Amino acid sequence: MNYTRAVGLSSALRHAAFAPKLSRNQAVLRSVLFKRTVKTQSLPPSAADEILNTQRLKRPSSPHFTIYQPQLTWIASIANRVTGVGLSVLLYGFSLAYLVAPSTFSSANVVETVKGLPTSVKVAGKTILAAPFAFHSLNGLRHLAWDTGKFLSLSGVYRTGYAVLGASAVATVALVLL
Amino acid sequence: MQSLAARSALTPLKLRSAALRGFTSSAAKRQAVAAKSTPLNKEFKIYRWNPDEPAKKPELQSYTINLNECGPMILDALIKIKNEVDPTLTFRRSCREGICGSCAMNINGQNTLACLCRIDRTESKDTKIYPLPHMYVVKDLVPDLTLFYKQYKSIEPYLQNDNPPAHGEFLQSPEERRKLDGLYECILCACCSTSCPSYWWNQDEYLGPATLMQAYRWIADSRDSYGAHRKEKLQNEMSLYRCHTIFNCARTCPKGLNPAAAIAKIKLELAAD
Ligand code: SF4
Ligand code: SF4
Ligand code: FES
Repeated sequence: MNYTRAVGLSSALRHAAFAPKLSRNQAVLRSVLFKRTVKTQSLPPSAADEILNTQRLKRPSSPHFTIYQPQLTWIASIANRVTGVGLSVLLYGFSLAYLVAPSTFSSANVVETVKGLPTSVKVAGKTILAAPFAFHSLNGLRHLAWDTGKFLSLSGVYRTGYAVLGASAVATVALVLL
Repeated sequence: MQSLAARSALTPLKLRSAALRGFTSSAAKRQAVAAKSTPLNKEFKIYRWNPDEPAKKPELQSYTINLNECGPMILDALIKIKNEVDPTLTFRRSCREGICGSCAMNINGQNTLACLCRIDRTESKDTKIYPLPHMYVVKDLVPDLTLFYKQYKSIEPYLQNDNPPAHGEFLQSPEERRKLDGLYECILCACCSTSCPSYWWNQDEYLGPATLMQAYRWIADSRDSYGAHRKEKLQNEMSLYRCHTIFNCARTCPKGLNPAAAIAKIKLELAAD
């Protein structure tokens, strides 16, 4: 992984020596055309640590979720997290708002406000609330099943995953029609 | 009729070349000549980063090679590129048959072994190759696995038993032995750990699927008597419980193993303690 080569063939030379067309006879060509003119510098083994450490400081971290294939496994997991956070924020947010201004956020007042909205907004609003709720609850059951040792095979994961998605869709429609 | 004539015309030529071959010494002549066919040009986009030029941002470099003059696997393509196009391309490989675990990388978005992954032969689609995700890059496709190996070492991956049998080896029933199937085959390629979002975010403290499955491999071994000690070490917030049963690990394992299930079994055993 770490090496103490300080100076090697310059990259231009390397490139010439290995250029695609010449590759067949590169061994011959190299010995005929190039005498190694590059000086190498020998380093004590202890220098390895320093080279390694300076390299380590600069190493980039390889890309992760931006390049990883979207798979039901982790997308569902992220969705579970996001819906969970969203629903809690809503619950706590509403409760706190009620504590701060009980009259504006009383049930009666909320019912009044919603009543006044056009139907399209009502349906959209209901869907936005119902879909995460349905998915998070049903996926929660899936997690409980896993924690008791069931459906732990890959096919189990995929079958239950699609089942949860289907059931969430049905439940969302049912909740919206309520 | 015609083909017969053609064949007989060819025979002496073939004979001659066979005879000649015995006397030539040029490497080029000895190499098999690929049958001429229409080239199937495929583009590979490969992650490059060079520690000698650390200021330069990592980038995808594009290589196009003729698949009709290349072996069937991604590793064959990488080796062909390194041999014929760009010798600076850096990657790990050794066995080329899925047993050493060296050539693990992210191919078209999935972690797998380059030597077990077939090249998709659709000419219009490029193939993207990245190093294992969320790892420090040593060079190009070579990730720094130091931490991964340290974590493996931390679970004491060897038999521990203070009361060895007086004579001969430890005995095990076939059922006890069967518990290790699906665990011992792991080649520690790190595909699973580096596919796990929990490992991406908490690598410094969460052990990750590969290491945890090996932890379970020793917990499950009837010959090992340190099970309680092993479990004790996992009984904390981070080492084990950062696993949220996402299953990326089982989805990606090139050996078809299921680390997620092994982790779930550890959790069950810990809960029963
Ligand atoms: S469990 Fe599979 S993916 Fe993970 S290290 Fe072992 S062989 Fe590789
Ligand atoms: S099941 Fe656990 S170890 Fe496997 S990918 Fe998910 S969080 Fe990671
Ligand atoms: S080269 Fe050994 S696993 Fe791919």
